[in-house]
Amino acid sequence: MPHTHPETELHNPQSTKPPLDPHLKALENEAIHIFREVAAEFERPVMLYSIGKDSSVLLHLARKAFYPGRVPFPLLHVNTGWKFAEMIAFRDEIVKRYDLDLIEHVNPRGAAESVTPFSHGSALYTDIMKTEALRQALDAGQYDAAFGGARRDEEASRAKERIYSFRTPDHRWDPRNQRPELWNVYNGMVRKGESVRAFPLSNWTEVDIWRYIQAEDIPIVPLYFAKKRPVVERDGMMILAEDQRLELLPGETKRDEVIRFRTLGCFPLTGAIRSGATSLDDIISELETATVSERQGRAIDRDQSGSMEKKKREGYF
Amino acid sequence: MTAPATANAVQDDAAGQLLAFPAPETARATRDSRPLRLITCGSVDDGKSTLIGRLLWDTKAVKEDQAATLRRDSSGKQNDLGLPDFALLLDGLQAEREQGITIDVAYRYFSTDKRSFIVADTPGHEQYTRNMATGASTADLAVLLVDARVGLLEQTRRHATIATLMGIKQFVLAVNKIDLTDYDRARFEQISHEFRELALSLGVRQVTAIPLSALKGENVVYDGRASMPWYDGPTLVEVLELATTRSAQTVGFRLPVQRVSRPGESFRGYQGTVAGGSVKPGDSVVILPSGMVANVTKIVTFDLVRNAAVAGDAITLVLDRQVDVSRGDMIVAIDSQPLTGLAFDAQIVALQPDGIQPGKRYWLKSGSRRQRVQVQPASQLDLKTGKWEHAEQLSMNAIGKVHLAFDEQAIFDPYEQNRTTGAFILIDPDTNNTVAGGMITAKRSALGGIHTEDARVILSLPADLADQLMATELFAGRREDAEVRRVSAGKASEIIDTIDG
Repeated sequence: MPHTHPETELHNPQSTKPPLDPHLKALENEAIHIFREVAAEFERPVMLYSIGKDSSVLLHLARKAFYPGRVPFPLLHVNTGWKFAEMIAFRDEIVKRYDLDLIEHVNPRGAAESVTPFSHGSALYTDIMKTEALRQALDAGQYDAAFGGARRDEEASRAKERIYSFRTPDHRWDPRNQRPELWNVYNGMVRKGESVRAFPLSNWTEVDIWRYIQAEDIPIVPLYFAKKRPVVERDGMMILAEDQRLELLPGETKRDEVIRFRTLGCFPLTGAIRSGATSLDDIISELETATVSERQGRAIDRDQSGSMEKKKREGYF
Repeated sequence: MTAPATANAVQDDAAGQLLAFPAPETARATRDSRPLRLITCGSVDDGKSTLIGRLLWDTKAVKEDQAATLRRDSSGKQNDLGLPDFALLLDGLQAEREQGITIDVAYRYFSTDKRSFIVADTPGHEQYTRNMATGASTADLAVLLVDARVGLLEQTRRHATIATLMGIKQFVLAVNKIDLTDYDRARFEQISHEFRELALSLGVRQVTAIPLSALKGENVVYDGRASMPWYDGPTLVEVLELATTRSAQTVGFRLPVQRVSRPGESFRGYQGTVAGGSVKPGDSVVILPSGMVANVTKIVTFDLVRNAAVAGDAITLVLDRQVDVSRGDMIVAIDSQPLTGLAFDAQIVALQPDGIQPGKRYWLKSGSRRQRVQVQPASQLDLKTGKWEHAEQLSMNAIGKVHLAFDEQAIFDPYEQNRTTGAFILIDPDTNNTVAGGMITAKRSALGGIHTEDARVILSLPADLADQLMATELFAGRREDAEVRRVSAGKASEIIDTIDG
């Protein structure tokens, strides 16, 4: 079953895989169009790379968009120091395999002030290690465009976000004052210091992402596939407990469960789901009968209503 | 979901099927499985949020945790069926929740086992023209919502007018809250009839009227036969499943060049998305505005070298000779070229508080081409009466006819022939904001300009001979100077006769 270990697979451009169905083809065409438009219109684009499934699709589309050339911009990974170990190994392998330029940024405050998800709580931790870190990295690179893998179906405030989402010099998003976006004609005019976040996957849904990964044989982090792994129950979530960075609290015990992850982020804040899905076919059929959304496993979204909008206005991706 | 709809009926039967989609070929094997983009128009009072919420709910696009958030936020505010308040599901921004209004176009996604759908959900009241125009620009179909108890409103005409203007040709009239009329068939037929007359006055031919209750979920995703045995037409979702998506494949080949790919000395390709027609290796093409002629040698994509590409495909084109091509140029079919010139007529929708100032120079972006343009408003559409009235400037939300004057050659197709190469946006150079969306109606004849004294020759040629002549470098190099119209032999002789007379 090749899909069980996709990280060892190299996509073969000469492969005789069946053509994409018209639905995925239309989404792919739209995304490639956006990639090329941004690359042509902006001076310093960068691609936010989070190592997750959406980033994997985004990267694949970027490679397609600029083929036979190289991807003409760097990838930026905002690391927190708390990502799953398998994510980092996967990232390094992909960067090497596809000859990519990777920029990694960690907010120095993390080490200096010992900011951890345990000591600071998920809200403050996310603010410092993700939102603030992203702003630092974007400022340092003076990027005028940043690709992201956000989808409009993910969350209510994203449903109104443009494909070119305008940001002020301090990275703020003003949802009440967005530029109208008609047809596929994008307005890429920005002043110095201003920027856009560009979202080629805006019109994709979670099922589209998985079906595309399957159709295109895109490597993804193995944590998406079910396997027996040590977990610990915390705040109603199953946290992966195979990492020395996790200290068990009094009363907590490790146990083995067959689990997988629907989204990947910082391991102490990402809940696993019980699942026997070991292949992409399994994942897709699981998804089609799923009754909860993918963000359900994310601690940071549950802080309060409208929390994503708030984070986004402050510069979170 | 119920049995597939048989949407080929053309009679105005009792089921309210006014004029269904005349597409037996669509209903057959080659059903269009590309995502259908649609726009919903109507106000909160018509139950629009409930309708969209119902679509998402019954197609299982809303998950349990989202519904739980909804229940928490609506703090007990549920409708009488115990379902959550769908409006809260849709209004995602905090300001909207606080004020109970919808601010902006939102995009929703749902799918059935036959197709997936992208809904542009636009607010019904505030700034509806601006938001509707945005949502309608990419839509293939419009769902117009009316309250069965109230019937057509002035806003129904407005919504239909704007949607038509933006190029939408398929309409569904959703006669909502039919349950509150005791499923009154005569009432439904009366509203359907009125709408058909309105649609015909706008030149819209593809209309389906459906009696439904969004609240009860009747004729939305599941049929409402139990309550409305007299209606045997399709549900809303069935109509959407069979609707056609916009296709620009029958017109001439167009490739707006987004970027030139030169990974090494040995490769030079032109990257872009095919905006019309199709292309294959061996085709002769013209690069506009330069007028250079070349032949296609290869169509390159990541997966394989392709035999052909059609409208919508993102490709890299390789030509057989060194020609000067840069971003913003358009590579087009040699035998079916777009209009080029310095002056065009267009219809625009003004999107910002400052409106459109006469004589001001804006940036115009169409496809990948951005250039300076001067905009002169000529008239404005009165949405109440449907009449065009003289106007010197256009304020926000106004729909106007304008003259465009360019410094450099512009390249367009009329919008009604090509919704990509005929569309543009205007950008205010002072604010960098998008201030208008526009649709090209025609090229303004240069013959009325300063060169009226120059001698011209009108030739009437067989089409194949004309194509050969136009394929020569000599002709293509001076393509700007020629006006070409394709007409029947009879029409040509009629025109020539007129001149002689």
